[in-house]
Amino acid sequence: MGNVIGIGAAPKRKEDQRFLTGRGNYVSDIKRPGMAAGVFVRSPHGHALLRGIDKSAALASPGAIAVLTGDDVADDGLGSLPCGWGITDAKGVPMKEPPFPMLAQDKVRFVGDMVAFVIAETPEQANAAADLLKIDYEVLPSVVGVLEAVRPDAPQLFDDVPNNICCDWELGDKAAVETAFKKAAHVARLSLVNNRLIGNPMEPRAAIAEYEPGTDRYTLWTTSQFPHVVRFLMGALVLNIPQHKLRVVAPDVGGGFGVKQFHYGEEAVITWAAKRVRRPVKWVASRSEGYVSDRHGRDHVTEAELALDETGKFLAFRVNTLANMGGYLSTFGPNIPTNLYGPLLGGVYTTPAIYCNVKVVFTNTVPVDAYRGAGRPEATFVLERIVDVAASEMGIDRVEIRRRNMIPKEAYPYQTPVLVQYDSGDPMGCLDGALVAADVKNFGVRKAASARKGKFRGLGYSTYVEACGLAPSRFAGRLGARGGLYESATVRVHPTGQVTVMIGTHNHGQGHETTFAQIVSDKLGVAFENVDIVFGDTDRVQFGMGTYGSRSLVVGGAALSKATDKVIVKGKKIAAHLLEASEADIQFEAGKFSVAGTDRIKTFEEIAGAAYVPHNYPLEVLEPGLEEQAYYDPVNFTYPGGCHIAEVEVDPETGTVTLVNYTAVDDVGTVINPMIVEGQLHGGIVQGVGQALFENAVYDEGSGQLLSGSLMDYCMPRADHLPMMKVATHSTLCTHTPMGVKGCGEVGTIGSPAAVINAVVDALSHLGVTHVDMPATPNRIWRLLQNASLPVAAE
Amino acid sequence: MQISFTLNGRPTNLDVEPATLVAELLREQLHLTGTHIGCDTSQCGACVVHLNGLPVKSCTLLAPALDGATLLTIEGLTGAPGSNQMHPMQEAFREHHGLQCGFCTPGMLMTAVALATEKPDLTEADVRHGLEGNICRCTGYQNIVISVMAGAAAMHDAKGE
Repeated sequence: MGNVIGIGAAPKRKEDQRFLTGRGNYVSDIKRPGMAAGVFVRSPHGHALLRGIDKSAALASPGAIAVLTGDDVADDGLGSLPCGWGITDAKGVPMKEPPFPMLAQDKVRFVGDMVAFVIAETPEQANAAADLLKIDYEVLPSVVGVLEAVRPDAPQLFDDVPNNICCDWELGDKAAVETAFKKAAHVARLSLVNNRLIGNPMEPRAAIAEYEPGTDRYTLWTTSQFPHVVRFLMGALVLNIPQHKLRVVAPDVGGGFGVKQFHYGEEAVITWAAKRVRRPVKWVASRSEGYVSDRHGRDHVTEAELALDETGKFLAFRVNTLANMGGYLSTFGPNIPTNLYGPLLGGVYTTPAIYCNVKVVFTNTVPVDAYRGAGRPEATFVLERIVDVAASEMGIDRVEIRRRNMIPKEAYPYQTPVLVQYDSGDPMGCLDGALVAADVKNFGVRKAASARKGKFRGLGYSTYVEACGLAPSRFAGRLGARGGLYESATVRVHPTGQVTVMIGTHNHGQGHETTFAQIVSDKLGVAFENVDIVFGDTDRVQFGMGTYGSRSLVVGGAALSKATDKVIVKGKKIAAHLLEASEADIQFEAGKFSVAGTDRIKTFEEIAGAAYVPHNYPLEVLEPGLEEQAYYDPVNFTYPGGCHIAEVEVDPETGTVTLVNYTAVDDVGTVINPMIVEGQLHGGIVQGVGQALFENAVYDEGSGQLLSGSLMDYCMPRADHLPMMKVATHSTLCTHTPMGVKGCGEVGTIGSPAAVINAVVDALSHLGVTHVDMPATPNRIWRLLQNASLPVAAE
Repeated sequence: MQISFTLNGRPTNLDVEPATLVAELLREQLHLTGTHIGCDTSQCGACVVHLNGLPVKSCTLLAPALDGATLLTIEGLTGAPGSNQMHPMQEAFREHHGLQCGFCTPGMLMTAVALATEKPDLTEADVRHGLEGNICRCTGYQNIVISVMAGAAAMHDAKGE
């Protein structure tokens, strides 16, 4: 018998054995009998008319099986890729929603837009055949930047989307903000760019589809964070396959970060193709292909203004943003820079009036959608940067100005002026903890030591909050969500007392097989090793919305907790019968049902046995078996947050920024497994550091070519870029989730970019530098330093 | 062409297309899918194996280079012979949460074992520098670095016994 391992413990992960020994089961590892290979032919142009495709030479190529194009899609009457959110402008006018064909029809709108799918016996033969495809393009000028795309003379992506504006969205009380600005003692202004990012999970996307003529069933194996949602979107809205005839499997998935939480055209094309050729078909993306087809993230241009009174209290905040959507609307696309951005502009502060306008803009680039943090890092960056700008301009200490405006712990629940109500939090406590952990009081000593080496040292703060645990369905529905955002779990107790959990979230690195097993072990008193977690297969798991938005524990864990409670309730009924007691007198603790005040007990295993061998059992009033299911729809978002402090050294000779210290104190609510939470914080922080210092997706204006299209051109954080980080938690409990949990998947990525850039600006502030755009590369910093040394910049 | 080599301790004879990359050969012909392919520019390091005891990115190696060589993949990485245990480096990664999604893990482990074999007293800076050719997107590297240092210490303790 193993041990009960409960909430708060840090057992080693159940999932590790297979990964450590090379026995994971990723989509690209799977082979099916008779499998053919498929490759996508993608547009090499950012913007072009598609005049015609000559398939003949490709079809005559050795091993070629089929070539499918947009015309074939049209002939089969299939749908276009759906968008899961429909936002509206200030007047209630719906966003422009042009179709997103799974294979291009008439026009291509970004480099990487899919034009054809070529199937052959082997990948080599498919590539060779694809090279023989004759595609007649009439190249048009591309527009890739948002500022350029909204100009009147800009190339137009769609005939019926004037100025390429999908939606002119707003939030907040514009008039109240204008009034407050008139009374302001000081107004801080900041223009900034939130750089475009490419998620780069280490496993490239892949899919295998198979059609069984005998049962008219399809199976799609795909690198997805939400197989049930793919089944719904693809089956019901694109391919017209009934839900019960479609199985979607997302086995081990090698990282997601949002990149794999969309329904991609490749999934629909390959599933459709598998039936057409009556063969299983496999496609595995190369990394280069991922760069031009995985949905990108961020890409904002923003003007922000913060109004303050003479004491540094924030009176009002006004933000105008242009957000890049790329060439089409992806699954969550328009939701990210609007609903997941505007409502976070209150931050941890008491700012009474906020107004936000976001113009959502089409360009000839890869569609932009959620990437770890999704909207919330952008909001945090704007706010935490402008707070520093205001502090500097008004001569107020950066910590002091934050304290003067922070929501005090006792003011929770706190209603912001931008929709959301924070249930709990203690930003001041996180700040105080981080100041100590980062040894801020001795920063001057470290700065002097750096100066002796000829380096500029800087310290940066980010005190932030985010909204996660997506999402309360009713609230999301009012904001434009076209689906529910609950989660489901089934707890199946076997006759011998072991437990299998079927849950609708998806584990791709977060450690769910361990964390969820701890919850069950804790609640049922079952040994940790006797609980297995099943996910990622629509034939095995009842339903689910998948994993994104730091929702797995918050929403999925809550469903699991509820289902487990139902098992206990039924177990008590069985125990009452067996122990000849009243149900009200039965207690359940540490895996034992007992009659209160007596030594009469039944173990959990005995109750499970009785449920499946119901000889002595209240069959008149109770069904046999011990399996319960729960759906959980959250009543609010959760609001994790905290304080991050970054310390950097800048080498003025080369412009190189080195992150030398990093401290995070985060409020993530109840911690189930501290080892896993720390790991999530580490990884999240480094993704934010990547945005701040290294990563940038760069397009060439005019041609629409992606210039940073490989790991050689797009700089990913490496082990030697980073110091040892200090992470800790300072938790207040969420008041509305069953276990008090808040989620921890995205906090690191949300808090860190502002902390790092604030540190870089601090290091260079003596030279008159007031802002640095991301990424703070050596080239960018070196140029800034050359300009800063000019007398005119020194002022 | 015919090649003969030692794969994870076993003599192996194969008929290969000379243009086949070792990473592809392992995954497609030998069904050893623990060696992963994460990029097409030899940057990510998910495909690292040991060729004659040295770490190599198997996506940069053609199959004929295996002829007469000794190849170790993640599937052949084990603890003491007959012990049915994992290698000390694998144990260290589990103990210190040095992996999340698991995709970069085989390459990380193979690189880490080679680092520890080459230099008995690895510093943190050595490990960070030594992992420069292996990208992980999940962990922020912190627990990988801690794992490699612990695994290296355990390897040398085991050797000393």
